[in-house]
Amino acid sequence: MFATEVVETTVPWIYENVWLIPALPAASFVLILLFGKRFPYKGAEIGIVAVGAAFALALLTAGTWIGDIESADAGHGETESHDEGEGTGTDSHDEDESTESDEHDSLGLTDGESAAPSIVTVGAVAQAESSGHDAATRGEPIVTERTWFQSGDTKVPIGTLVDGQSVMLLFVVTLVSGLVHIYSTDYVHGDRRYTHYFAFLSLFTASMLFMVLASSTIQLIVGWELVGVCSFALIGHWWEDKPNSDAALKAFLTNRVGDIGLLVGMSILFFAAGSTFNIGEINAKAAAGEINGTALTWAAVALMAAVMSKSGQFVLHTWLPDAMAGPTPVSALIHAATMVVAGVYMIGRLYPVFWEGLTISGSNVNLMALIGGVTTVGGGVLAFVQRDIKKVLAYSTVSQLGYMVLALGVGAYTAGMFHLFTHAFFKACLFLGAGSVSHACHHSFDMKSDMGGLRKHMPITFWTFLIGSAALAGIPPLAGFWSKDEILAGAGVWPGTGGNGTYYIPFIFGMITAALTAAYMTRTVWLTFFGEYRGHEQPHESGRRITTPLIILAAMAATVGFLNMPGPFVAKLGLPSGIAHRFEQWVEPSGIPSFVSAEYNDFHHANPSFTLAIFATLLAAGSGLLVWRYYKALYAKDPMASEYTDGLRSRSGLARRGYSLLENKYYLDHLYTDTIAVAVKGPLARLANWTNQNILDGVVNLAGWVSVRTGRLVYRFVDQGVVDRTVNASGRTASGSGQMLRLIQSGQIRQYAALMFGGAAVLAAVFILAI
Amino acid sequence: MIALLANEALSSVETGVANGFFFVVAGVAVIAALKMVTTQNVVHAALYLLVVLTSVAATYVILGAEFVAVTQVMVYLGAIMVLLLFGVMLTRAKLGDDTDLDHDQRWIGALVALVTFAVMTYSVVEEFGSTKLPSDFSATATEEVSNQIFSTYIVPFEALSVLLLAALIGAIVVARRD
Amino acid sequence: MFLNEFLIFAALLFCIGVYGVLVRKNGVMVLMSIELILNSVNINLVAFSTYNGDVGGQVFALFIIAVAAAEVGVGLAIVLLMYRNRRSIDIAEANLLKG
Repeated sequence: MFATEVVETTVPWIYENVWLIPALPAASFVLILLFGKRFPYKGAEIGIVAVGAAFALALLTAGTWIGDIESADAGHGETESHDEGEGTGTDSHDEDESTESDEHDSLGLTDGESAAPSIVTVGAVAQAESSGHDAATRGEPIVTERTWFQSGDTKVPIGTLVDGQSVMLLFVVTLVSGLVHIYSTDYVHGDRRYTHYFAFLSLFTASMLFMVLASSTIQLIVGWELVGVCSFALIGHWWEDKPNSDAALKAFLTNRVGDIGLLVGMSILFFAAGSTFNIGEINAKAAAGEINGTALTWAAVALMAAVMSKSGQFVLHTWLPDAMAGPTPVSALIHAATMVVAGVYMIGRLYPVFWEGLTISGSNVNLMALIGGVTTVGGGVLAFVQRDIKKVLAYSTVSQLGYMVLALGVGAYTAGMFHLFTHAFFKACLFLGAGSVSHACHHSFDMKSDMGGLRKHMPITFWTFLIGSAALAGIPPLAGFWSKDEILAGAGVWPGTGGNGTYYIPFIFGMITAALTAAYMTRTVWLTFFGEYRGHEQPHESGRRITTPLIILAAMAATVGFLNMPGPFVAKLGLPSGIAHRFEQWVEPSGIPSFVSAEYNDFHHANPSFTLAIFATLLAAGSGLLVWRYYKALYAKDPMASEYTDGLRSRSGLARRGYSLLENKYYLDHLYTDTIAVAVKGPLARLANWTNQNILDGVVNLAGWVSVRTGRLVYRFVDQGVVDRTVNASGRTASGSGQMLRLIQSGQIRQYAALMFGGAAVLAAVFILAI
Repeated sequence: MIALLANEALSSVETGVANGFFFVVAGVAVIAALKMVTTQNVVHAALYLLVVLTSVAATYVILGAEFVAVTQVMVYLGAIMVLLLFGVMLTRAKLGDDTDLDHDQRWIGALVALVTFAVMTYSVVEEFGSTKLPSDFSATATEEVSNQIFSTYIVPFEALSVLLLAALIGAIVVARRD
Repeated sequence: MFLNEFLIFAALLFCIGVYGVLVRKNGVMVLMSIELILNSVNINLVAFSTYNGDVGGQVFALFIIAVAAAEVGVGLAIVLLMYRNRRSIDIAEANLLKG
């Protein structure tokens, strides 16, 4: 299963040198820090050039990858299949993919074809081949690795892994980062730490790309932590105001709590998979069932904790709204499009682990789907009660991240990834639009008191914001509709979809959120752009550097949905079937084949359903309309009011209580700071102090007391008793024997002579007689 | 001892008069020596010593060492005896009997002497039990002796002269009255 | 003639001399006894010289006679000194080295 592959000579240059993509922004980070202030644009140009170059390389990579996939598809059979011929809902799905139908049957037929990119081994590690497939399967990830350092027998690798998922995110990250760079030159113009801001934008881009291209779990952890650090630095950009630095700390520390889960999970995986850091190996082993089931479950649960903190899932999401204290482009880049999706990306990277560990296939509910579901609804509801437009978007992000996690939890892998893709664009568009609006409203984000009726003053911003909102709400034919619909279909509940299980509760949550999303976005749009202007400034449209990224992003939000149109839709519209599910073809094969094998056939794709799509759209549209009418009526009485007095709250005590619950963010912040932290601080600190004083110090004191007593004892018994006595005894012996021997010295010569002669005689006798 | 003497007396009949002379001389010497160490009179002891020394010189003659015998007579009898008598005189030794010449514990000395004699006799008898002197020895020529002194033993000879000088000066230094 | 005769004769004189050294109180008597011892040694030497035909024995006997003379001279000087200081030549009284 771990055959070493022969190096093919047809690997394109970019696959082996894709490390350049993170390297360029990293180099720009260093350059900006060192030399930024001397440049005419204070370092911004370095950042833009670097990210631009990285984007170009990302386009090249994406193009090469897509080209390889397409040519492999066109040339010969592929081993990827949408369904292994099982399940009920496959028929309508299959028959429309006529050009690929012959590819279904050809499992493992690709002998001798080597047009697909193959595996390059650089350094000490060979990429593991997944079980059961031929070497030349198209869509296999290309791993370029070398050993970073070695500790004993463990080699820690560093390298890049190029497959559909990473290519997709390369594209998204570099594009959004580049647009945010351009946007920022206007937005933070004249800021006190302009250069520093751009330096950290570059560092963030480099870190995110580093994580995206991670080929080993160690690298993933490194990238994960790095983006956390950049988030901290950028949220606290204006740290002179305490709320900002508090928010930065809150973000970092909440992430830290989740990172414990990350480290625990990765460690479990490392050991359970036989001391390997390689993601491909771990995936292959998990899919083939070679990793202990309990270990996998615990690893999956631990990694879910990490996802909860980084991707703002419920309970650990509290940092995300507070992170809006940072500059708006930062929010757009980090807390909408890229960093927060790191958790979702990790789930996608290690999907076989979660698939096996949480038994996603064929069940009704699992941990991931549940967390995702609760998050979507929780975040969506909270978005209703916000005055701050950025906070609305923040909770919306929370909700959408919940959607992605829910999708992955119900087994709709491609749907989740696709939603990540589309969400990046329209959420970034929305955030940048919010920034543009605040620019016009003298840096205020308060919708109720400072905004309203801005569509007349800021048309471009209005239209791009509207397109973004509609995409978010899931109005066809914008991007959000396609991705959201696939998620809902993936839950497997709606008749005719099929999927990997029937997840009722997540499905219901998803539906509720669809309605909620439309609702709160309509509220936001109304409060900001419709009605009368309630502020005190002269709002005007923002400059070109702000509006151009908005337009680009809005255009993407409108069109990228077409990359993954399901087959039935394509057929209904009479388009060639070859353009259906393009995204899936490009992104999925790397992740799925590692656990779709001849022995392991139960991954299903859901079939899209027209009825579901229509139902969902109607639900969204209906709720939007309802909210529209409500607010229109509400503000008709007093268009200039910053607080409406005649709303639901004034009429219903239940509404008031519900509102205060929401306003206090489910009292979660209370729970964290006032209950948990205080509980830890108080009794725990006292306990620690007691332990320190009595136990630790006691041990030390005891040791000292014991030493003193021992010393005294030794002195008395050993030193004085034994040693001194011995010394004295030897002295006494010497003097005693001397006294006795003294008697020989009588001074009498005769005696001496006698002794002498006698002794001589005796000696002579001895010598003569004995010897 | 007696058996030995008897044996030798018998054998002296065979070996000749010289041997008989030796026994006479040896007997005289031993008796005189015994008397010397037991007499109470200092002067008598000196005279007995004189007898012993003379018989020793006779023994030398018997052994053919004529030069040694003559030197013995000249040095011992002539010089040393005079010296000893002078010493007796100068130390006011009691003339006549002196009951105070031996100290009380004579048996220790006797014991030591006896043990020494026993050891020596035993070893001699064991080693030279039946060794005879060469039967045809003649008296040693003085010329031979002097040749040896002045060739082989020249260094001890010179050292001896230095020793005598040192003894001379030493005796004067020790005994001078100042 | 047996060699033994002379050797035993010498041994006898030697032991008598030892007895005299150990027993006599008078210093001069002790010196006389010492002379006896030296003479016994001489007899031994000469006897062996005759036995071996080697003149060296007699030469050494001469040397010993000379040494004996020197020794008596010095010894008597010491005895005289002792008499002068103590008026007695009892060697038992020379016990200042008593330990």
